[in-house]
This record gives sequence, structure tokens and C-alpha cells, in this order.
Amino acid sequence: MRHIISILMENESGALSRVAGLFSARAYNIESLTVAPTEDPSLSRMTLVTSGSEEIIEQITKQLNKLVDVVKLNDLNVSGVKHIEREMMLIKVKAPVSARDEIMRLSDIFRGNIIDVTDDAYTVELTGTSDKLNAFIASFDCDSILETVRSGVMGIARGSSSLHL
Amino acid sequence: MELSGAEIIAQFLDDEGVEYLFGYPGGAVLHIYDALLQADKVKHILVRHEQAATHAADGYARSTGRTGVALVTSGPGMTNAVTGIATAYLDSIPLVVITGQVPTGVIGSDAFQEVDSVGISRPCVKHNFLVNDVKDLAETLKKAFYVASTGRPGPVVVDIPKDVTDPNIKIPYSHMPSIEMRSYNPVTKGHPFQIKKALELMLQAKKPVFYTGGGVVLSNASASLCSLVRQLGFPITSTLMGLGAYPSSDEQFLGMLGMHGTYEANMAMHDTDVLIAVGARFDDRVTGHLEKFCPDAKIIHIDIDPSSISKTVKVDIPIVGDVDDVLTTMLEMLKDDSKETSLKVEKSSCDQEIKDWWKQIKVWRKKNCLRYNKKTKTIKPQYVIEKLHEVTKGDAYVTSDVGQHQMFAAQYYGFDEPRRWINSGGLGTMGFGLPAAMGVQLAHLDKPVACVTGEGSIQMNIQELATCMQYQLPIKIINLNNRYLGMVRQWQEFFYEGRYAMSYMDSIPDFVKLAESYGHVGMKIDKTSDVEDALKEAFAMKDKLVFIDFITNREENVYPMIAAGKGQHEMQLAPDSELV
Repeated sequence: MRHIISILMENESGALSRVAGLFSARAYNIESLTVAPTEDPSLSRMTLVTSGSEEIIEQITKQLNKLVDVVKLNDLNVSGVKHIEREMMLIKVKAPVSARDEIMRLSDIFRGNIIDVTDDAYTVELTGTSDKLNAFIASFDCDSILETVRSGVMGIARGSSSLHL
Repeated sequence: MELSGAEIIAQFLDDEGVEYLFGYPGGAVLHIYDALLQADKVKHILVRHEQAATHAADGYARSTGRTGVALVTSGPGMTNAVTGIATAYLDSIPLVVITGQVPTGVIGSDAFQEVDSVGISRPCVKHNFLVNDVKDLAETLKKAFYVASTGRPGPVVVDIPKDVTDPNIKIPYSHMPSIEMRSYNPVTKGHPFQIKKALELMLQAKKPVFYTGGGVVLSNASASLCSLVRQLGFPITSTLMGLGAYPSSDEQFLGMLGMHGTYEANMAMHDTDVLIAVGARFDDRVTGHLEKFCPDAKIIHIDIDPSSISKTVKVDIPIVGDVDDVLTTMLEMLKDDSKETSLKVEKSSCDQEIKDWWKQIKVWRKKNCLRYNKKTKTIKPQYVIEKLHEVTKGDAYVTSDVGQHQMFAAQYYGFDEPRRWINSGGLGTMGFGLPAAMGVQLAHLDKPVACVTGEGSIQMNIQELATCMQYQLPIKIINLNNRYLGMVRQWQEFFYEGRYAMSYMDSIPDFVKLAESYGHVGMKIDKTSDVEDALKEAFAMKDKLVFIDFITNREENVYPMIAAGKGQHEMQLAPDSELV
């Protein structure tokens, strides 16, 4: 099963490589990984999407907790926890005159923003679940997509429960 | 006090009470070596190869329980140390390894003797640090010692660029008595509810077995383990790493378990209904085929590392905590009859079943699975180890390398105390034995130290004979010389139809002359009848290193053996033809 794991770590050089190294050394999957400092500059927040059997996920959380730089972590996909997840995408598509209206309509339907316009290409900014971003991609021909860049998934628990010190 | 980075390191090691620093100088650590000349207490031991520095620090740590410390230079100094760091990591040994680094300004430029030490060591350390600023140095060293020695211990690397140790930059220094880290708080106390549940299950057990490992030694839990096991009257077996935590000579001890464990230990594991795993990690050399492992058992697992629990074998009652703390709590609960903690089970409810269980174990014991033919002219390696035990009255510290001799030492020495058996169990590092013995001998100057090895392993760190001479370390090297890489040959005999690819040792040196060339005493023994006298003579030379080259039976095999893919009850025992 797919799990989103939120991690608070010491914002120190090499912290990211410890997590990435752990996953490759122990042959765990990483679907996506995002990391940036938090409101407290000494802490980084990482969101990691992985998948595996319950046993593997249990090992992953234990091994992550064992990293000395990890301050705290939360699995957002355990029972009793409801969460919201979002991913952001920038997608650059070919925009010949004949296709421009359709691109704008699609962008509206998916609540995207066109953030760059040139003679032959539009860049759309889109936020949502991974499924929504996939659906947007699927609505174009492969040929018309010039480039996509995705942030990876970010997640947060619903309600007042929070991951903090 | 205003000190330079180099002086801070020397002063810190003194303040931390470090007795020995095992190291080898080089460009990036020259400032540190210069400052060490002024250190009052810490004694530097100059090894002949950086791998030996880490193994010696490791041997010191294993035999004392204190953190071992090594100092190596950047680049090749650090990469040479990696095998020793990984060895300590796999066996959870507290080590602090200080590695020199090129100056901060040139890091990343492929400077002379530069490697990414933090990157290289990351997968085989508990934690590592790169010190970028001399202001962080003292605190980082304190953290390194704290992390290495607490929780599940392990090696910590502190990488220090040369400019951080600059003798011209002085900053105030005072020794921190302790340190806290918000991201690192190891659990020590076991959960009382889990402990109680475990005890209740243990008291209802009909065929219980204690399975104990290196965690008992690391936690200094030998005394509480012995009390609990004796009070309950249960059989106990130990992993390779746990030997000595419970006395081998005790009636309740079934011997080592696992791939080369005893028949009775492995059969008891297979048939048990309640397995009590204490500070052990269900290693593949212990479990054999996982699907055939302890098929009828409810499993209790006590371990300080949550990630050890249910890693390979699903556990019924996990207890995360320091082994000694948990066992002591169990003993208190057994004693205490107050309402809140009183156990829901009659303490003697399964007396008859336990008696029957012991009857069964005695039947297994009758197989006498470690028996061998003692009447051969050529020397049996098992016989050498038994005689070593006799001559040292079981009181020696025994280090070993890796291979058949290691298994023979584990099976036949009979360790009665913890921290006496020093070997590389997890990583299986050939070349560990001699340097580890140096650390052990330095920690126990007046005790006999034997290094049980083979002609393959000993040549992996033979250069340390020079270190032994320089510091007058009277180690006794027991070289079981069968002119084969014995364990490799055994596997080739069993699983490759006797095709001995590269397991034959050619061009073996004359070890007597070799030992003598370093200034030691060498002996070559090739008759069974000479073994005992040779050992007596060697151990009588209390101030000399003696290298005894025992020419042993060439194609001796280690039995019993659980082959890969087999279950615990599917052991191969020594063929009767060899037992005449």
C-alpha cells in the first residue's frame, strides 16, 4: 500500500542523503520525496511517498526513526489519521493557434493557471492530488507536451493534530 | 582556557577519560598529532595499518564496555578504516573514529588525499559528523561519544578538516559534562505492561527456551540474565555474539545455536512453544530457513532497537528497552506479590511439563554432537581449543578471525564470562583477530589473551606483529594451520562437489621465522601429543608474544551444520566414520 510519511529533521547538510541512502541500502521504494526548511530554520520538513507491505512500512518508519537527525515523523496513512495531500506541477505544452482555446478550457476545468505564454508554447501551473495531475497530463497527446515538472507529494493531517516539536 | 582545534581534541580525549587512542598519522591530522604530544592521559598506540586501528579500538571496546577511539588521516587512511568501522557497526560496538579531512576551502576539489568520508561511511555508521567550524568541535565530539555509547551502540565518525585544527586559531574551551540532543532519545525502560504479559506467557510455557545474543553482553545484563534463567529453570542457548553472558559450563546451557550450533540447542529451538529472545536479532545464521524457524513458538523479543523487532521474524510480545533493565524488572515482578503487579499465573503451574521438556533435551544431548576423534596423530583443531581452555583454566580473553577456527573456538572454548569472546560475528571480517587482541591486551595488561586464527586470516593483518613488539603485547597466537581456507573448502566439499576453487593456500610463510623476524617467539607444532606442552610453554612466557603454528588435520569440517535453506532440525552431524 502507498504511504505518505512526514518527517521533521535537523536542517543539516547531509540529512537528505541519510534518508535517500537508507532507502537504497535497504531496497525500499521511494515514489517521491520533497524537502524544505520549516518556519523554524533549524528544522527541515520532508514528505516521502513510498509503498510496501505493512511489514515493510513498519520497518521503514522504524529505520527512519533510528536516523539520529530525524526528530519526529508521522505516517499519514495509518488508521485514525485523515490527511490532505497536494502536488504541484508545471507543464509546458505546444500552443499553436488552433489549440490555444482548448488548452485554456482544460486549464480552467482543472483549475490551473497559465503562467507563461509565448508564440508557440503555454506553461500551466496546476495543484492537486497526483491523480488529478495525471488526469491533466492524460488529456494531452504525448506529442504536444514539451516538459513536465512535479513537486512530489506534500501531505498534512486534517484538524488540529500537527507534526511539530 | 583558549585552545586550538587540535589542542581541543587532545584535551577532550583526556577529559573524556579515554585511555588509548589507536591511530596512524598523515597530512590532514598532523596538527592533531602535534597537540597529542601534550596530552597527559590518553596514550596513542601506533598501528601499522588503519584497519588495525579500528579493530584494536573495537577489541578494547568489546572487552571493557567502554567506547573505543581511533584516529586516522584523510583519504586512504579513512578508506582503510572502513572495514573496521563496518565490523563495529554490524556488531553494535561503541567506537568513535576521528578522520582527518582536507581543509574546508578545498573540499570537493579532488584535493590530494581527499575522499567524501561522511558519504563513504554513512551506510556503516550509527551516525557521522563533518566539523566545519572549530567552534563546533568540542560539542560535536561530545555528541559523538554520547551517540556511540548509548541506546544500541555503534561507531560514529567525526570528520575534521585540517584548517579546523589550525594551531594558530584559539578559542575558549571547557569540557561539557553531558549533552542532550532533541533528535536522539533512546528508550531504555521497557513497558511494564508488555513485561508483565511476557512473564505470564513464560510461566505458562511447557517447552520454553531462552535465546540470547550480543545485546546481553552490550547491556551488561549477564547477572540479571543468570538470576532469571536459574530462577525459572528454563534451558538457554546463545548466539555466537552472546557467548559467555551465561556460563557455558552451567547445566541449563545448551550451547550455541544456529548454523554450527549444537544438536540440542537447535532441536530445542525447533520444538519450543515459548521462545524468549533477549538482545538477539534473528540473524540468518541463527534462523536457517525462515519458514521452518520455531514453527510452534510464541515469541517474546527484548531489544533496545525497535527496528530489530519483527524485522525478519514476526514477534508476539515485543519489549523495547535496555536488556538489563527489562530483565531486572522481570525479576522484581516475580518477587513482588503486591496487587498491581501480581501475575495472573501460578508460578509453578507447568512444573511437570518443564521436567518432561528437560527429559527430551537430555535425549538430544546424548547425541554428543561435538564429539570428535581425539586419537589421531594429526592435530584436530577442536583438540587445540579444548587444550587452550584447560591450560588457561577458561580465564583467557579469546579473539578470533573468521572461518572454521572461529567456529571451533566458539564451540569448544566454553566461555563462562561475558566480554571474553571477541569476534566479528556480523560482518565476518578476516583480519580482525590480531588487532582486536591488541586492544584487548592493552585493556587487560595482566590477563592472558589468545588470538585463535588460521593461516588465511592471520595474513590479512600480519603487519600488526610489529605493533605488538613496539608495545610489548604478550598475545598468544593460536594459528590453526590447515593449508586451506577451511570454511570455503568445507562449502566447496559439500556444495560444489569438492571443486576447491582458490581455497588452497599456497606459498604459506614460515610463521616461526616470521614471528622471530619481528622479535617474537615462534613455535611449530605438528603432533597431537605436543599440543598441551606447547600451550603451557607459551602461556608461561608472560611477557612474550608467542606465535604457535599448529599444523592441523587438513580436511576437518565444522559440525553440526545447517545448510542454507534447511530448517533448524535438519542438521548435518559429523559422520560416524570420523568418530571412531
